[in-house]
Amino acid sequence: MASRDDIKFLSNPKIGQKRQKYCRFKKFGIKHIDYRDPDFLLQFVNGQGKILPRRITGNSLKYQRKVATAIKRARHLAMLPYVTDMLK
Amino acid sequence: MKNYEVTFIVDPVLSGDEIKATAQTYVDQIKKEGFEIIHVDEMGLRTLAYPINRRNSGVYFTVEFQGPNGELIDKLELALRRDERIMRFLCIKLDKYGVKYNEDKRNGLIGKVKKKEKKSRDNRGRGNRRDQRRGGGRSQSPRDGGSSRSSAPAREKEAPAKTEAPAPAPAPAPAPAAEKEEE
Repeated sequence: MASRDDIKFLSNPKIGQKRQKYCRFKKFGIKHIDYRDPDFLLQFVNGQGKILPRRITGNSLKYQRKVATAIKRARHLAMLPYVTDMLK
Repeated sequence: MKNYEVTFIVDPVLSGDEIKATAQTYVDQIKKEGFEIIHVDEMGLRTLAYPINRRNSGVYFTVEFQGPNGELIDKLELALRRDERIMRFLCIKLDKYGVKYNEDKRNGLIGKVKKKEKKSRDNRGRGNRRDQRRGGGRSQSPRDGGSSRSSAPAREKEAPAKTEAPAPAPAPAPAPAAEKEEE
């Protein structure tokens, strides 16, 4: 058993595999995105504070629109920056 | 019935009483128009992400209210705009999910649910196979159950301070390799 464990970790079988993206809002049944929760919204912006595209976040179109609205509202209320650097 | 929510930032230079009085004037105004206040949330002093009027912090208030029509909103926005004590404001109409979300948040469900989700995912990694497959969707064969179960707890003992995100990842990783070997 012990020797087999060693063999297992010689190469990572996950390398080269594409990870399936999914919409977390659909998966976990989140219906409303709160614009007053900047820590949550931080997952959907890049280091410069730009909204990440759908092809990276994996959100469905419906929720990507809601995320974008929430981020824009949070920016207006100075909970997220409009422009910055080294956000993350 | 329509549900609205207004969030505004009050100038932090004012004294504590003045800040509260400012918020109270708007609560009173909303009430006077025949709207029902559902909740007043004082989020307290927060640092702003960027300076507004040369201030780096502000006191956030959120008022959720309910009423028959939206006639009040214009008046309320006008009053907020004219008020020098208000740095920023945002009026939005809530849909049914927003109303439910706010209710859950008030009852303390939102924060906890998020934590529970993470914890349960962690438990699934340790626990029985069926849950593991449903939760992670990663484990491929029923055979891997034994090996991952035996190796997972040991690894968790090694690094108990690790965050949850990397923790479930190594558990299913050895599964495909084990499968190949057995074949």
